[in-house]
Amino acid sequence: MLVFSGDWVISAKRPEIDELLGEFGTEGAAISFNSDNLNDWDSALLIALCAIHQQAKQYQLSVNLDGLPDGARGLLHLALAVEEREGARKSARHESLITRLGNATLDIWGSCVEITAFIGELVLSFGRLIKGKANYRKSDLVVVIQEAGAEALPIVGLISFLIGMIFAFVGIFQLKAFGAGIYTADLVAVAMVREMAPIMTAIIMAGRTGAAYAAQIGTMKVNEEIDALTTLGINPIDFLALPRVIALIIMMPLLTMYSSLIGILGGLAVGMSMLDVSVMQYLVETQSALSLSTLFGGLFKAVVYGSLIGIAGCLQGLNCGNNAMAVGQATTNAVVMGIVMIVVSAAVLTVIYINIGI
Amino acid sequence: MNEQHSAKPHITVSDMTMAYGDFIIQQNLNFTVNHGDIFIIMGGSGCGKSTLLKCLIGLKEPSAGAVSFDGEDFWGSDDDDRLTMKRKFGTLFQSGALWSSMTLAENIALPLSLYTTLGEKDIAELCSYKLSLVGLAGFDDYYPSEISGGMNKRAGLARAMALDPEILFFDEPSAGLDPISAKLLDDLILELRDSLKTTIVIVTHELASMFSIGDNSVFLDAATHTQLTTGNPVELRDTSPIPDVRNFLLRGEPNELSDKGKAL
Repeated sequence: MLVFSGDWVISAKRPEIDELLGEFGTEGAAISFNSDNLNDWDSALLIALCAIHQQAKQYQLSVNLDGLPDGARGLLHLALAVEEREGARKSARHESLITRLGNATLDIWGSCVEITAFIGELVLSFGRLIKGKANYRKSDLVVVIQEAGAEALPIVGLISFLIGMIFAFVGIFQLKAFGAGIYTADLVAVAMVREMAPIMTAIIMAGRTGAAYAAQIGTMKVNEEIDALTTLGINPIDFLALPRVIALIIMMPLLTMYSSLIGILGGLAVGMSMLDVSVMQYLVETQSALSLSTLFGGLFKAVVYGSLIGIAGCLQGLNCGNNAMAVGQATTNAVVMGIVMIVVSAAVLTVIYINIGI
Repeated sequence: MNEQHSAKPHITVSDMTMAYGDFIIQQNLNFTVNHGDIFIIMGGSGCGKSTLLKCLIGLKEPSAGAVSFDGEDFWGSDDDDRLTMKRKFGTLFQSGALWSSMTLAENIALPLSLYTTLGEKDIAELCSYKLSLVGLAGFDDYYPSEISGGMNKRAGLARAMALDPEILFFDEPSAGLDPISAKLLDDLILELRDSLKTTIVIVTHELASMFSIGDNSVFLDAATHTQLTTGNPVELRDTSPIPDVRNFLLRGEPNELSDKGKAL
């Protein structure tokens, strides 16, 4: 006989279920209930009842529910009506380190295949564009160019100015020791134009535009908008990915040039305050340090990075799953994949440039 | 109802199997949709109705068997032929699936500008006309996010009808609509069939609309992974020898058989 009294509500303090169960073990007697003094009850009572029922079943004790409130009896019947399905409860799977390592490696291989296939599709799409057979809206292209270009100017400007200043600070402190402070101008100019402007702009754009592409296209996928395009015979790659990649390929070199210029101005600002040179001297030194091949080397990098950001963003968007969480995942993947590809290609391009003497 | 229309097969599905990897969704599907029919694809939740629709509209390739339109094999054709066939159908997706970055008019104009040689003015007029057909006259310049879910769905239908398709596919058209809007949509579907002679394929489990507009149907079963039967939904409800089918169509309430039929 179990006597329930007082309030059995989820927010109130009540006896532990384990304690209750401990009281009757294998006695073999029937269990009955008395709830005459029970005031208020909610799911807390039912949780206890379910546990008691399970225990009773295990020890094959008979349970008499007559002493319970009507409502509680009804709910208990409802909860016990459908037996727990065999194997429905998910057990934690323990995979060995080797299995996980193997799976992770297979995943990497899979994504390499994906990227390669997507680049192939994009090349075919460019082919259709040249033949004038690609279906996309010119107004979309204009909008994405604006988003990837003019609207990025403030953030790219700010970061580039600060990077230019940092380089100048470092340069001045080191070079002044040799009385060669003026060469700070060379350092800032070459570093910005050749390396820093392309890579900083690329990383900003990966976080800004690549992520936006993945989120836009991913949400379209969730909304069945991509399916709607496909059923109308419109290739989503032509319609969505092509204009976005083109926008980045056009705008990245322009943004990089702007970034270089602002970076040099940042260096100039620091140089003016800490070096004993005139603006003219600084600029002449800057000009002598730069050559056209340095400039074009930087711009070519920008084109490569731009297309990689576009590929990462659009690929992740188009491969997005069909729920809200997948869109978040796709956006994260687009940024991570974009930045990894940028850094890897930066290393490769630098080695190539050194070998061909740019 | 079938007899009113020419019984010429429009869509033929033969021995089709659909699977995701090794997991078979449905197999041995065989049915025919005649010209001018309103054909219902029904079955319990998770039985593969939407997957079947995807195979019919070209979003997912069946793992075996064939789908043909007017006798022409759909999945066996090359991409260009398949594209030509695709342009003959319109699809209304469950959520409407309007392109959210475009206004309603632009949504309808996109297929028109891609596949017709019409001028801008003609296209604009056509868009306004299609919108007025679905009761959205004057909403040309609204974005999908600015209108309600029911309106989105109707706008989606206007887009599906943009190219005057021979076949219209509907994925759960009345899901999320109130009973009156759902009834209006049913009337609209009947009207489209009668005036434009469009063949209509609907995935639904809305019993009321099945019985009031369906000419023919296929019943998919989740347990056996195949079709249980085909036929007119009302006849299936009243005379089908298969208990599962009758049970489904009567919402598991066999006693209300005849009353329910009249009420609907």
